[in-house]
Amino acid sequence: MSTQVVAATNITKYYPLRTGFLDRMTRKEELRVHAVDGVSLEIGANETLGLVGESGSGKTTLGRVLLMLERPTAGTVTFYGEDITRLAGENLRQLRKKMQVVFQNPNSSLDPRMRAKDLISEPLKAFSEVGKETIEESVLRALEAVSLSNDCLTRFPHEFSGGQKQRIAIARALVLNPQFVVLDEPTSALDASVQAQILNLLRGIQENRRLSYLFITHNVNVVKYMADRIAVMYSGELIEIGETKEVLERSLHPYSLSLISSIPQPDPRRRLQIVPPKGETPSSVNPPSGCRFNPRCPYAETICKTSRPSLREIKPGHWSACHFAEKFVDPIVTNS
Amino acid sequence: MEKPRKLKMPFDLTETRITLRILRSSLITMIGLTIVSAFLLGTLLVVITNGAILPYNPMAISTNSILQAPSVSHIFGTDSLGRDMFSRVLAAMPIDAKVPFAVLSIAVSLGLLTGTIAGYVGGIVEEVIMRVADIFLAFPGIILALAIAAALTPSVNNSILALAPIWWPVYTRLARGETLSVKSQQYVDASRAMGHKASYIILHHIIPNIFPVILVFATLDFGSVIVVFSVLSFIGVGAQPPTAEWGLMSVQQEQYLISSWWAPVIPALAILVIAVGFSLLGDGLRDALDPKTRGLFT
Amino acid sequence: MDFETHLTQRLGDCSPRMDQTTFTPIPATPSESLVDIQDLTVNYKAGIRVLTALNKVSLKIRPREILALVGESGCGKSTLGLSIINLLPSPPAKVEEGRIVFQGEDLVHMSGNEMATLRGTRISMIFQDPMSSLDPVFTVGQQITEAIEIREGRTHLVRDSYGPFPRNYQVGDPTARTRLNRILFGVSSRRSRMRKYSDEAVDALTKVGIADPRRVLAKYPHELSGGIAQRVMIAQALVEKPSILIADEPTSALDVTTQAQVLNLMKELRNEIGTSLLFITHDLAVAAQIADKVAVMYAAEISEVADVNEIFTEPLHPYTEGLITSFPNKYRDQGKLEAIGGDVPDLRSLPSGCRFHPRCRYAFDRCAKERPHLVEPSRGRQVACFLRYSK
Repeated sequence: MSTQVVAATNITKYYPLRTGFLDRMTRKEELRVHAVDGVSLEIGANETLGLVGESGSGKTTLGRVLLMLERPTAGTVTFYGEDITRLAGENLRQLRKKMQVVFQNPNSSLDPRMRAKDLISEPLKAFSEVGKETIEESVLRALEAVSLSNDCLTRFPHEFSGGQKQRIAIARALVLNPQFVVLDEPTSALDASVQAQILNLLRGIQENRRLSYLFITHNVNVVKYMADRIAVMYSGELIEIGETKEVLERSLHPYSLSLISSIPQPDPRRRLQIVPPKGETPSSVNPPSGCRFNPRCPYAETICKTSRPSLREIKPGHWSACHFAEKFVDPIVTNS
Repeated sequence: MEKPRKLKMPFDLTETRITLRILRSSLITMIGLTIVSAFLLGTLLVVITNGAILPYNPMAISTNSILQAPSVSHIFGTDSLGRDMFSRVLAAMPIDAKVPFAVLSIAVSLGLLTGTIAGYVGGIVEEVIMRVADIFLAFPGIILALAIAAALTPSVNNSILALAPIWWPVYTRLARGETLSVKSQQYVDASRAMGHKASYIILHHIIPNIFPVILVFATLDFGSVIVVFSVLSFIGVGAQPPTAEWGLMSVQQEQYLISSWWAPVIPALAILVIAVGFSLLGDGLRDALDPKTRGLFT
Repeated sequence: MDFETHLTQRLGDCSPRMDQTTFTPIPATPSESLVDIQDLTVNYKAGIRVLTALNKVSLKIRPREILALVGESGCGKSTLGLSIINLLPSPPAKVEEGRIVFQGEDLVHMSGNEMATLRGTRISMIFQDPMSSLDPVFTVGQQITEAIEIREGRTHLVRDSYGPFPRNYQVGDPTARTRLNRILFGVSSRRSRMRKYSDEAVDALTKVGIADPRRVLAKYPHELSGGIAQRVMIAQALVEKPSILIADEPTSALDVTTQAQVLNLMKELRNEIGTSLLFITHDLAVAAQIADKVAVMYAAEISEVADVNEIFTEPLHPYTEGLITSFPNKYRDQGKLEAIGGDVPDLRSLPSGCRFHPRCRYAFDRCAKERPHLVEPSRGRQVACFLRYSK
């Protein structure tokens, strides 16, 4: 069992919803957005955990909580075994050296008024003990790791293409030599022809530096290529987690099944033959009782409406939060 | 490697060239730029030569040439005391440049400081700062300015001290609003994630990005400051007669509006032209400083 | 056992449905085209530069055909869609040359008024973000009724319209009597108009798969979710029974499960109503799902046009081939993806000769010097690549 780099236990994050003054007085309970509800997971060294979900699933919020950009309403986050949930001030700042983030949209994650060299060296400036020479060296090294040439340094973001901007963002994340990087939809805003380059780049960097990644995305194809294990989120809850191949081919949850079958493939012979689930993602303010997927689930029974299924280990290393998860387990299939 | 600069104003040549190219592309902005340049140049000349460049002595009273219409010898005519209007208008430029610049500099600095802190930190700090700003805004501006100016010895410099307090709250509001929108940008998040302190983020990310908006607003305010200053002068707590100052000149000659229109109207026109010039330039500057438009002009 | 069969087997009780349109043959008159774009060139003036967004683009769309226009950012696909319906922002954009022949008439040289009569009646368009395409101050019912009225040719709306409709259009001048009516009975005449068309509106919403359509008619756009809003847009576009519907990335802003629903819906509707569909997308997989024919654009030019079945099994243009092989479809331990090197070209500084040649693994001398024109190696296929020039 590899050492856990990051572990989250029962993370819950609620945002208070500001309603009108009278509304707040007459309501008994305050309205809250249930962004993340009781999620536990862990990421090992040199491992990529793919966090998959649609909009409203809470995956981005979970990523931010793991980075301590937001404090969880309940639950704990540990980093190499140490509880970091209550860290603040200088201790928290020092922690930042070890965990970094790459955001989705390089147009908004790079300050348009800063040159590439200032952007990449910015993390180093937060920590005064680094000398002048080392800044230059670190920047050049980071630039090399993302395959950009040195004459990029004096240019502004608007002079670069989308793929190059994202490389700058990745270089910026690497310059402090972190051990854990959260990648929040790093290729979703990029063109298709550039996407594969960036994915290959990220994998290469991971191999060289033995990093752990949390790869957040809604694109199941991308996560298939990048992740060792996949965690699927729906409406703030973690509903399935396991090895990539297991989750994608032998899924144990109806939502995962419908999600996977809704993914279009570039092959016209394999057109979508399964009926996608009816309805829309539920509101995060007033989620359905019991299992949150029950209004849309073709297998829902009474128990699904009344009690929330807990995440259970159905097969070794493969967990699912469904009362009837066993129904989906295959009999042994011989290779044909 | 060079040190990062606080304000990303175009310093090296390529950036300045891009700015000029953008400014040149719009006729309206060029008009503004011309007016403002002429104004600043004129002010500089008058100050350096200590008035020697003026055709007549702006203070020279001449009882036999009062209220003369504009002519070749007196381009803008003369006022009720026979003083040459053209020289007086030019002589007023240093004051009418100094006062708005000073007031706006104080207002913008104070506004940026308080507004960004209020917007970024939020919570009780924000509440306190905004309520203090509200208190200042609640006073009828001119009354407050009058009160302060009257308490201090009436002079041009003291008018600056009187006007600053009524001008800064608007900039606080503006800066706070802009800070809130910049704060939600991902590059601020990225900065937090790399461990930077709030002071660094405000200084290096928030202020450079909100500065253009503030700048444009300030250019629009330029004319307003002159007008309010002239009200103070009229009442007697601002510029003291016989100092040449556009507002003062205008209101002092008001009674001759029908008979000798040039006396009150020309100084007022001067205020108008300068105000418009600054606002046109400010508008163009906003476009020029936006990195997206700059990208189109590289 | 491959993934799809696996899934179909295990979800037996999910009633899998064979997609009927996979093998629908192309419509009855193969040589007739509904929209014939010929050598269209569109320039944009931005700052001090002039960018060519479309460079002598030629494309044909047949009746009842779903044509997917695939390309990355900046390739000109949105510009092409907007050119057909003539909604290009006129000061920066300008059509330099070319024709768009629609039902015998040239759309490029049509007057504003004539174009306005075509829009919303025979040519319709829906956009990426349904929330910004729907007017937030009018209910869904009012907006659909407006679409129906346009079709009936009885618009008495003087207000500026937003979204896919131009400003200040008037289809047919109102008579003096209707003008008087409008002044005296403005409010009630709208209500009576709505009542008259509400049944058809309900019908339209039902067709696009909205449950409880009467309730949705009374809602405002901000009360709808993304998927429902996009269906309302589709309903609004189709109630006009256009000959061609242009859809500019209609599913890009939607969740994957919602996207699957909407794609199914659009195919069904094409079968029922017989509209042609120009489906603009950056996603090759979505194109594979919905198209009869695929046109690939690169840097303001068309690089390949082919039947959907042929283009994926046998792509002729290196760019198309690159897009297909770089599509992430492998597991982590199945080796690396073959990415296309380089970046999408900046329209301000295009390479000489073939625009794709710096990134092309098959490039040879001629590619850097000359621009390849579209050739037809076989019927229905077009490709702009020197590799496919017959000797």
